[in-house]
Order: sequence, then structure tokens, then C-alpha cells
Amino acid sequence: MSDQALTKEPLLEVIELKKYFPIRRGFFKRVVGQVKAVDNLSFFIREGETLGLVGESGCGKTTAGRSILRAIPPSSGKILFRDPTLGKVDVATLDQDQLIAVRRNMRMIFQDPYASLNPRMTLLDIVGAPLRAMKLASGKELEERVAEMLRRVGLRPEYMRRYPHAFSGGQRQRIGLARALAPNPKFIVCDEPVSALDVSVQAQILNLLQDLQVDLGLTYLFVAHDLSVVAHISDRVAVMYVGKMVELANTQELYTNPMHPYTEALMSAIPLPDPRKREKRVYLSGEVANPANPPSGCYFHPRCSYCVDICKSTEPAFEEVKPGHFVKCHRARELSLNGVAEILANR
Amino acid sequence: MPEQDQNLLLEIKGLRTYFHLAEGVVHAVDGVDLKMHRKETLGIVGESGCGKSISAYSMLRLVPPPGKIEAGEILFYKTPKDGSTNQAEIVNLTKLDPNGSEIRNIRGNYISMVFQEPMTAMSPVRTVGQQIMEAIILHQKVSKEEARKQTIEMLRRVRMSNPERVIDDYPFQLSGGMRQRAVIAMALCCRPSLLIADEPTTALDVTTEAQILNLMRDLQDEFGMAIMYITHNLGVIAEMADNVAVMYMGRVVEQADVSTIFYNPLHPYTQGLHQSIPQLKDALSRKEHKRLDVIKGMVPDPYSRLKGCPFHPRCPKFIAGVCDEVEPRMVEPEPGHTVKCHLYG
Amino acid sequence: MSETTAPPLEESKPIQKKKGKAIDTKDEAFYRAGQWQLVWWKFRRHKLARFAMIVLGIFYFCALFAEIITPYDPLHRMKEFAAMPPSNLRLFDTTGKFHGPFVYGIKMARDPVTLRPMYVEDPNSIYPIKLFAKGDEYKLWGLFAWNVHLFGTETGTNSAELTPYFIFGSDSLGRDVFSRIIYGSRISLTVGLIGVFLAFFLGLILGGLAGFFGGVLDEVLMRIIDVLVSLPQIPLWMSLAAALPQDWPQLRLYFFVTIILSIFGWTSLARTVRGKMLSTREEDYVMAAKLDGESEWSIITRYMLPGFASYIIVSLTISIPGMILGETSLSFLGIGLRAPTISWGVMLQDAQSLQSVALLPWLLWPCFFVVLAVLMFNFLGDGMRDAADPYVT
Repeated sequence: MSDQALTKEPLLEVIELKKYFPIRRGFFKRVVGQVKAVDNLSFFIREGETLGLVGESGCGKTTAGRSILRAIPPSSGKILFRDPTLGKVDVATLDQDQLIAVRRNMRMIFQDPYASLNPRMTLLDIVGAPLRAMKLASGKELEERVAEMLRRVGLRPEYMRRYPHAFSGGQRQRIGLARALAPNPKFIVCDEPVSALDVSVQAQILNLLQDLQVDLGLTYLFVAHDLSVVAHISDRVAVMYVGKMVELANTQELYTNPMHPYTEALMSAIPLPDPRKREKRVYLSGEVANPANPPSGCYFHPRCSYCVDICKSTEPAFEEVKPGHFVKCHRARELSLNGVAEILANR
Repeated sequence: MPEQDQNLLLEIKGLRTYFHLAEGVVHAVDGVDLKMHRKETLGIVGESGCGKSISAYSMLRLVPPPGKIEAGEILFYKTPKDGSTNQAEIVNLTKLDPNGSEIRNIRGNYISMVFQEPMTAMSPVRTVGQQIMEAIILHQKVSKEEARKQTIEMLRRVRMSNPERVIDDYPFQLSGGMRQRAVIAMALCCRPSLLIADEPTTALDVTTEAQILNLMRDLQDEFGMAIMYITHNLGVIAEMADNVAVMYMGRVVEQADVSTIFYNPLHPYTQGLHQSIPQLKDALSRKEHKRLDVIKGMVPDPYSRLKGCPFHPRCPKFIAGVCDEVEPRMVEPEPGHTVKCHLYG
Repeated sequence: MSETTAPPLEESKPIQKKKGKAIDTKDEAFYRAGQWQLVWWKFRRHKLARFAMIVLGIFYFCALFAEIITPYDPLHRMKEFAAMPPSNLRLFDTTGKFHGPFVYGIKMARDPVTLRPMYVEDPNSIYPIKLFAKGDEYKLWGLFAWNVHLFGTETGTNSAELTPYFIFGSDSLGRDVFSRIIYGSRISLTVGLIGVFLAFFLGLILGGLAGFFGGVLDEVLMRIIDVLVSLPQIPLWMSLAAALPQDWPQLRLYFFVTIILSIFGWTSLARTVRGKMLSTREEDYVMAAKLDGESEWSIITRYMLPGFASYIIVSLTISIPGMILGETSLSFLGIGLRAPTISWGVMLQDAQSLQSVALLPWLLWPCFFVVLAVLMFNFLGDGMRDAADPYVT
């Protein structure tokens, strides 16, 4: 991360964001419990940076990304966004008109390149949809804008009259990106944008995302499960486990000096493309906790090899242990965990 | 008859499996040659649509219609399970009736398969135990009690906690990782000499994936079987394989032992794949945003069949007039390292 | 970013085409083909459905031009030729002389054993069958008076009296069964269509409301449907149809019968629409549209509805045969349409007694057409179901 980015004010600040899904049972659909998909998430993203959000499936990272855009309504919490025209607003409480205005600057790209494009619309209609719906352009001007967007993401403008079925997964992901870029946004939630793609195509899309960030001054929230991809693209990385954020630090710090045992285990589990590093490693026993019925205390304690009594009874706080390095662990200060350097060297 | 390599387990020669669709012919597998030895792990790596799964389906004669094996041989060196003789019987799997008793005796008994999605490999309406026991009884002619005992033992060996309880669970009651363990138990219950693993961990989380990979390695040592590991993930290949075959558009473009493939790859496609992966160690040294070296373009659509080398439109070392004209032959620039590329011919 | 454009594919071998019918998947026309174009391409590959479409096309064409295609007025009673079996079409006379298509004149005689009256051919009188023969007067669509029929016999060679050509014989009143079948198809084949349109509006609107608003409205509508489909269909139809006043004009009766028939038709459609609404709401592209700032109305009409429009059409096509059978059953039982209205069901009423089936088996011909029509609609529905979603293979 460059120094000037550090000094910048946050573009987005999320404070105690919660998204609970009720569990209903029986004929009268009584609420018998809550799935705490996202529980008390607090973080900020500076302008021009990429925050990586990693975790295993079901940890709530996708729900968090969608709640921030109010694609699904959050249960509580504040989502403060510095909009270029509206000023600083709380996305969670905006009315419908303002929400549409804010969504011009906050956009999203999806994981599944097939499901996220309407197969019955041409590229012109798909990429032009936000422009038309937000009344930013129409007619010839709209067409020109769509052509420019297609060119930006590496597609030929002549493709405008084609339908999505003419394109491969990687190209469709570019179309989705063009749609996100069309209203000239500031901030994009990238929801696992490369996990459905092949290796060679994945690299192309990652490069494209980085180029666009530099050219257009974009800010990303990059949701992914692949730690190598997140390390590659993010300035700072947040790790989630069962709806809660367990660690947040800048990329280099997090990967060299992880302070949460879960982060260590995650990193140690990555299969490295290097056959020399094939020795035994830290295996995490057990399974991810059920968010509808989480364990007591620290959610990670049943799987944690550093667990002590307090972990079973009391939930640790999400604290800034070092400047810019937040950890949710009772023993963060006393443990010395293995980072990527040790993993690479030891294995 | 020339002296037969005692350790040879499987030999695929010029396999071609095509799909005749209304839109055209998909040359899913277009001339694959492979050799596997006993107890070896062969990694097959390639991007989606390169024909890696269809090759495996062809071996078990499970190619879904309208797919058809058009040419080639799949020779399986079958040694009797009772150990009466070491002399292997050579079975050409392409010649067998896909629904006949011979292939059914081989499927699950000599060659078994683990699929990507564990839920599709198991029937949702029968318990884990019933399904594993059925496989045991089918191939081993033992009593029900004996089969149940073996099943519990098998579940214990795949490190299933509490196997006495799990045996009466339905697949949906298990988590993804546990389900994949149950599928592996079912695949191994008859001690096959070859296990085909088709992206068995792709649907799983990293921490579960690490557990399953570790398990499969341990089981391989215990059971002494060969594994054909199919994946798109080079990290998993590095973790698992002894030898690696890289596939592109229905062909094996490079084959060598795992360190050669990772440290001295020859085919431009293999080299490109390596450069495309974000490396974890970059996170340590990175100051500025680094771009990845990518393979340009994309995999051509499945109906087309390029003249010359199938990789030539994307190849950075493309030689005009050669690569787009003549299909390269398999050459062996160093012993045990074969590659299909004009640069080395 | 030139690295990212598609590689040139000019070198690739052209795709093998099947009889030039297959779609070239590398064609710009394929890339630019919208949903309905793709559906049509896929439908075209279903041979049975294409055949069914042609057969049904002929059916509806005949129904439309019934006046011209039929040789006789369906109400024309030729008393001297009552209950006549299908005519023998001949090309050569007894001496082997070629005349072109003709029928012999018919004489009344008695069976020497049973003394029953019977028709015998008179080889001396020859009635040639002509195209565009003059015959009964009619008004095409009630507008254009004319007397030319597609085919028929005219006054014969040595008799002033006319001998008719009955393809399927005549009924006990001397009316041409073939002509009546064609006229009957007007009612029998359109009852289904009109019923389906009624079902379409009810199903789309109610199913759409249930799927869109959910909650209490959804619960209530779904329970109503549950109750409706658990009622036995035929008895309910019968009781409703029996309640229709006997003295109503034909047109009104016809209209109310279609309403009765569509009482059940809309339920399955409403369920389909509701289910599709609920599932497409969860699609990523609908969420993307919401984030694009599209209005609810636009999301429904431009994103969701086109997504399942083809399924609605399939569902409708599949429900047509049920309505055709419904009309036939009701009329057969005498509680639907009644004579003098002509429909296949009304015609089958004449074939109710065992005696008439034994003596005049040709009165069962409408049965054949009912079966054929229903079968063709089912084939068509099959093909449409396969083609309905061109985006999955």
C-alpha cells in the first residue's frame, strides 16, 4: 500500500453491521432462532484501496458484501459512505430515491458469470441498464458509453448487439464488469469474481481489475475464499469465521505475522504449487461451526489448538493489537504464530 | 511377446472420445496417450473442457451419450486379487460392452472413482452404510454381518469420527467433508488397484481440502493403490502427484514427473499456467501492485478443431508456418519427459 | 488490452452440418439470436413436434375454410341416403374402363336373408367426383354466398338424381359425417384455445400476484388452488354444465362451457407462474437489475417475465388437450353443447347405443379425430418443452 493511501479518509465505514436470518418452523412459521450470518462487522475502506475479505463457505462474507449495498437489507448497523454528490450518508437508512443515487457509486460484480447476466438481453441492454435506469444517458449517447465500457474491459464494441450466450465465462465476467463500471462508480464489491474461472482466465481478470483500479481510481471490497488471490490483489485483508471478523491487517502484515490461530490454519492449508513443500502441516481438525447454533465463547475454540479455559466461556473482543492490526483472540498478544514465510520455509 | 513391464497398470493409446451434437462434433478427447504404474499418483491437470474428466469416464466406460469412444485402446493390467499369480491379464477396456458384466466387475472392484460433488455419488434415500455394504457384497460375496463389519472398519480408516453411528446416517446428515470421506470409503472398500479422483476437493473449503488430501495420501500408502488425480488446481497437483500430465483441448501436451513439470516445464502452455497463478510468497515481498503474466486469449470453442498445434493462437513462442500447419508429435527431449511442441522436435 | 480479444478462428475446420439444418454456432447470426430465435431453432430439431405442428396446421386450416372444404352442408339431410356406409371410391368400372375417380349410383335393396334394407351399387350409373363441384349453397364466414365445394359429385350420366360421395358415410338422418367432422372441429378445436386464453389470464395474474407479493395473499391463493384441484374434475364439470339453462342460444352456451373448462386450467398455470417468479427472483441477474436501479415493474416485465414466458406457453399447450377432451366428454354426456350445434362430442352422442355402433360403426370417426388432435397437441407440447429453455443444453 502506498503511503498516500494511508492518509486518505475512509470512503466506506461499516459499523457493527448485522444480518440475521430468522429460522422459521412449523405451520405458523414461528421464529425459533436466528442464523447470525453477519454479526457485528466493523471496518473501513480507504479510497483507492482493495480490502480483501476471506473465509470459508458459509462464513458470511458474501452476505456482508451484499448487505453493504443493501442488495439484502441489513438487520442493524451503519454503512457510512462518502458519496461524491450526496456527501457522507448512511446507506442502511437511505430512502429508495437516495439509495438509487448512491448505487450509482457503489456497484457489484458477481461470482457466477452465467447467472449474473440476463440471457435474454443484448450486451447493449445489459451494460446500458444502469445508465438507462438511473437516467444518466439514452439513445446515441448511451450506445457510445456502452461501447466505451466494452472497450475498457477488453471486448470489441461490435459485440454490443450480441447476447450473452455468444461468450465464454471469462468474457461474461468482463461484461459484468462493464455493467458495474457504466455509471462511473467509486466503489465496487467484487463477490468472488474469479473463483468460477479457469486459471488462465482468472489471471486475465485479476490484471484487468488492477488496471481499472489504477486508471479509474476505484476502491474494491474483494470477497474471496482463495488466500493466494486475495494476497495478490488486496492492500489489506480481513478474515471472517462464522459471521464474525477474526483478524484484519494490511496484507503483508497479515501474511507474515498472523495473530489469529484460524488465519494461521487457513494459510497452512493452502496447497502450494511447489512440490518440494509437501511435508506435514498444521491440520485443522473438526468442521466449521454451525452459525445457527454456534459454540460458546470464541466460535473457533473447538478447533483451536491454542485453546485455554477463557476461550470456551468468554467471547474475545476485536481489538487493535498493533497499529492497524485487529484481532479477535484472547491470546493474540502471547502467541507467536507461523506466517507464510515460516510455512514456506518449514514445509 | 516382448517382456512386459511388471509394474505397468494402465496404458492409454490414442484415445479419442467425441460427442456428436446437433451443433457439431466436440472432440473432447482427441488422441490421449498415457501410462500409469502401480502405486503411482498421476496428476492430470488442465482447464475446463480440456477433456480430463471425459478421459476418466472413457476408462470406466461411463461416457454419457451422445459421447462415443471413436478410436484408441485403454489397456488395464489386471492382476488377480487373491494373489495367485503376478502375471497380469491385459484387458482392453474400450472393447468391453459398457453395460456388460466384465466392466461391472472392474468398476468399483479394480478401478473406482471419486467425483467432485459427493452428493451426486451417493443415493440420498439410503444410508451411508447400506450403500457401502452393497458395494462390498456385490464384489466380495460375503455375509451381511461381515460386510457391516468391513464397512465400519472402512469408515474408521477414512478417519470418520464415530463410524458406528455414521454407518446408519443418510448422506445429507453429513457435512461436505464427511460426505467426501464416505464416498472415498465406498470407493476403497474393495481395495481397487486404481482410484480415479475427479476434482474430489474442488467443492470443499481449504481446511477441509487439506484434510482430504492428507487422508488420500495416507490411504494410498496403506492400500498400495495407484491414484489418477484430475484437477485444475496446480497447488493440489504439487501436493499429490508423482507424475503429471498436462492436457489442452483433448490432448496431453506434456508429461513428466512432478518436479520437472513445476521447475522445468517445456511446453509454453505449462509455463503459462505457472505464471498465471498468484503466488502466496508475492504477498511477502510486494511493494507495488504486480501484474500476472497471462496466457493471452482464451480456450477456443469446443466445436472447433485447429490446424496444427491446438495452442498456437495463444502461444507466445508461435512459429508462423510451422505451428499453424503441422500438428506436433510427442517428443522426449529428456528421459521420462515428453512434450508435444515444435520447439523441441 | 489487446491480449484479451478472442483468438482468430479462421483456421478452424467448418462445423459438420446436418442437411444444412444445423445452426452454425460460430455464426454472427447465432450470437445475435434472441430468445425466441433460439427456441425456434431448438424446436425445429424435434421431428415429431414439427410433424404435429403441420398436422394441427392442416386441422385449423380446414376448420377455417370448412364451408369450402366440405362437400355438403352439415345440416343437409339426404333422407334417401340415410345411414349409408362410406362410399367406395373407384377409378375403373366393371369392364375395366378408366373413368377417373367416381362412385356408382346407389340403389335401395333388401337383404335376401334378413330382409333388412341395404344399399347396393348400380354399376350402370357413374357419378364422377369433381374438384370445385357445385353443391349446397353456403355463406363463407357468414359473409360471402357461394356454392362451390372443394370436391363432390354432380349430376350423373344416366340419372337425374344425385348420388352423394360420403367419405365417412352418413348418419341416421342422412347427413355427411365427413362434413360434420370438419364443421365440428370449429367448435372442438377452439374450445381448447379460448379456454386456454382464459386460463392464461387468470393463471398469470393470480400466480404472478402470489409469487410477487408472497405472504398472506400467496398462502390464500395457494390454498384455494389446493381445494380446487382436489375436487373431482368430471363431476364438477357435470354439475356446472347441467346447471346451464337448456334454452340458451348456442353461442352463449359455447362460451360458458369454455369457462367451465378453464376452471381447472388456470390452477396449474398459476402454480407454474408462482414457482418461476419465486425462483427467478433469486437469480443473480435480477439482483443485478435491482442494483442497476431498475424499477420493480421493469424487473418483472423485462427480466423475470421473459425468463419464464416460454414455460407458460408450454404449460398452455399441454393443457389444450385436456380441454378438448373435456368438451368432448361433456357433450357426449349430453350436458355440454347440444344439437343442432356441431362438435365432435355432440356427434359422438349419436354413437352412444351399442346398436348404432354395431350397425353404423362409421359414426365413431369423430373419435379418431379427437384422439389425433389430442395426440398432436401432446407431441407439440413435448417439442416445446424441450425447446423452452434454450440456455440449458
